[in-house]
Amino acid sequence: MSERTRFGRFGGQYVPETLMAALDELQTAWLQLRADNGFLSELRARQATFVGRPTPLYHAERLTEHFGGATIHFKREDLCHTGAHKLNNALGQAVLARRMGKRRIIAETGAGQHGVATATVCARFGLPCTVYMGAEDMRRQEVNVRRMRMLGAEVRPVTSGTATLKDATSEAIRDWVTNVRDTHYIIGSVVGPAPYPEMVRELQRVIGDEAREQYLAAENTLPDTVVACVGGGSNSIGMFAGFVDDPSVDLVGVEAGGLGVETGQHAAATVGGQAGVLHGSFSYILQDRQGQVLPTHSIAAGLDYPGVGPEHAMLAELGRASYVAVNDDEAVAAFKLCTRLEGIMPALETSHAIHHVGELAREMGPGARILLCFSGRGDKDMHTIESVSPTDMPVIGGPL
Amino acid sequence: MTLLLNQGELALIPYLMAGHPDMATTREIGRKLVNSGIAALELGIPYSDPLADGPVIQRAGQRALAAGATTEACLEAAADIAGEQAAPVLLMTYVNPVLAYGPERFARDAAQAGVTGVIIPDVPVEESAEIAKTMTGAGLETVFLVAPTSPDDRIAAACDASTGFVYCVTVTGITGSRSVLPTDVNALLAKVRTHTDLPVAAGFGISSAEQVSLLRGHADAAIVGSAIVNELDAGRDPGPLVRELLSACK
Repeated sequence: MSERTRFGRFGGQYVPETLMAALDELQTAWLQLRADNGFLSELRARQATFVGRPTPLYHAERLTEHFGGATIHFKREDLCHTGAHKLNNALGQAVLARRMGKRRIIAETGAGQHGVATATVCARFGLPCTVYMGAEDMRRQEVNVRRMRMLGAEVRPVTSGTATLKDATSEAIRDWVTNVRDTHYIIGSVVGPAPYPEMVRELQRVIGDEAREQYLAAENTLPDTVVACVGGGSNSIGMFAGFVDDPSVDLVGVEAGGLGVETGQHAAATVGGQAGVLHGSFSYILQDRQGQVLPTHSIAAGLDYPGVGPEHAMLAELGRASYVAVNDDEAVAAFKLCTRLEGIMPALETSHAIHHVGELAREMGPGARILLCFSGRGDKDMHTIESVSPTDMPVIGGPL
Repeated sequence: MTLLLNQGELALIPYLMAGHPDMATTREIGRKLVNSGIAALELGIPYSDPLADGPVIQRAGQRALAAGATTEACLEAAADIAGEQAAPVLLMTYVNPVLAYGPERFARDAAQAGVTGVIIPDVPVEESAEIAKTMTGAGLETVFLVAPTSPDDRIAAACDASTGFVYCVTVTGITGSRSVLPTDVNALLAKVRTHTDLPVAAGFGISSAEQVSLLRGHADAAIVGSAIVNELDAGRDPGPLVRELLSACK
């Protein structure tokens, strides 16, 4: 095994031979471009005018008051164009793909946020775009399917396996194996074979780098704890990247506990999985004793994935970051609470982290400081929220 | 190598997915096939997320898993087929079932079953050091893949790491039938030969007697998978198709 493709013992390149030359080509292009001033200034300019960066740091006063403990801030990635942090990565990889001369883009998507982000940059650059999406996810994230199609992308339903993000990712990799010469695969998270986990982290670290600077400027100190939700783990790793070298800052990843980790109906790969290989890298995955990848469950399509990025596996094993699971019902309650108290509707993925922030805030008490990566907005989840609790939205002034 | 080859002649390596449609059928068909004049039998151990496989073999794997196929049961079927003492049996699977079973235990049990070699398509040379040592240490041959996208240095590395034969992927893509094979297949086969004296087998996309016959004089063996799995899907004995493919080798 080669160290350049690893995070400790995790990571690597477990893919068919057909892709290996393309991964080498990508690695070479990426190493050149990340040190290239032309690329970096193009990226910064597009981040400013197209994505809307820097995104603000927000003091969540009413949630702070509600929990009665630690002071809570949000890093507002929901205010990125297209509504989530996903565009940071999609934009960076599209600029990279153009410079590599790739003429076609493919992507996988779970909640549809990465698919929308990829379709968006492809519209902007005039690149043909195919997005693989589980048929089950297309049903629960129907608005995002319409957005992708409006942007000109072809959305291909995936019906194999569990018809969710895992299977969409496998299909996207198979497309790439078949069309690798002219196609770039914009993977949506810090998963997959090297160099993807590191490249996607570097494209997402703008979250943590901005947040650290903004937090210091606003509060004259660093937060005690940084919290983010973890599916594959791209918003969290981007956020953690800004603070991982600050030993005083605790890093907490919040995975999808589904119906409860003890029920087996969940998507918490770090909390409830074992080491194994999925989609080209060695990391924590949810698998049975035969090494077959297990079906997952989460109310949040963007967390409904049986693996986690290899860098998270390393951070967990080193103890540098800790990982917890939050269940569906807790996320739904946090969604409503945040919407009503802050006037900000979080994505269901983000809502998992908000629930845990509430528990931590109470536990840590007044004077402590928590920073949450508010990874995306919740408009896409209206349908899901209404279907699990159609009538219990209280009016303002009523009990929460 | 243990491939049954007649000097100068093209040979056939059919593929079966163990447990598809059920393990008893795999054993029965496998025992017949190894006695039918083939060079070797490639026996697949199913995996939930096979990145190198097209829809036919994916579906066969899912059916096998749904019917309860385990790695243990696949190795028992392999032992049964290898017990015929006829054509050699090779295992093809993905890395995660091997890691879950334990590489040492897998290598030992496969060797004890009489298996001669393993093909793990998601372990490229870069990731192969430990696992290949474990396999060869147990007396198993390791087969690596070269693809139309492999540059010369990768072809050389795959040839060096292979101990049984070299698996030449004929199409840029996944397994499954193609109406035509790319015209540069023979050029790729010729290039691979400049790097190795091992036999070279061609696979992926080969489904018809006509395609097999085009490999005569270029490859040592043709590997046919999805077309055979298709026969089993349709409830047919793949024997007649295999006989047709065998006569196209001559």
